[in-house]
Amino acid sequence: MSKVIEIDCSTGVSVERDMTPAELEAQAAMQAEAERNRAAEDAAKAELEAAKASATAKLSALGLTAEEIAALSK
Amino acid sequence: MQPIYTQTVGSGGAASITFNSIPQDFTDLQLVASSRIGSASGNYGVRFNADATNSYSWTYITANGAGASSGRLGSASLTELVVGQINGTDTTANTFSSSNIYIPNYTGSNYKQVISDAVRENNATAGVQIMDASLWLKTTAISSLTIRPYAGNGTFVQHSTFTLYGITKG
Repeated sequence: MSKVIEIDCSTGVSVERDMTPAELEAQAAMQAEAERNRAAEDAAKAELEAAKASATAKLSALGLTAEEIAALSK
Repeated sequence: MQPIYTQTVGSGGAASITFNSIPQDFTDLQLVASSRIGSASGNYGVRFNADATNSYSWTYITANGAGASSGRLGSASLTELVVGQINGTDTTANTFSSSNIYIPNYTGSNYKQVISDAVRENNATAGVQIMDASLWLKTTAISSLTIRPYAGNGTFVQHSTFTLYGITKG
């Protein structure tokens, strides 16, 4: 069972207790949301990389050199 | 600069540390953290006054010796602050991160700024440094602070240490 620590700064008393079911549920929901956000970011990055690769291939097919293609993004 | 309380995590670990009833007679607060979690490295998540609404923003710049990057999660897009660094199982065993989290004018009636600088220690080729500028978009005074691995991903291991300081100007 995960523990949480709560300190009362006015008294200097520190209490360690188990997480409540509600706290565990909220934590699981936030972890799931963070995982969804991470997956969405990964998908967006992959989409961008694929678009860059496609654009590079099309420019290359038009006759641009690798140096000329690289110069476009500088 | 006066220490308010130091909490060292015991053998059972801890998912979060909450400082309640923070004295209201300082000018600024500073939280100094040295920690490690039993899962992959990450950032801290910090909430004030147990506020879990979308009321936090985050801007950062980070570098690891091989490259640097920066980014922003804009106005009120987060349900907790993202600050600092926490060592995890992907870093050298028994190394702990070092983070300074500074909160000026924590009793004021404006939105609360948070400034952080941190290092993910690593006795190997790569360490990570990060600087954060964050905001809690609420005007109430801060009387409570909870720190945990961001999104609850992980548990602080034994010997992780958190000290809250109060700072008075002048």
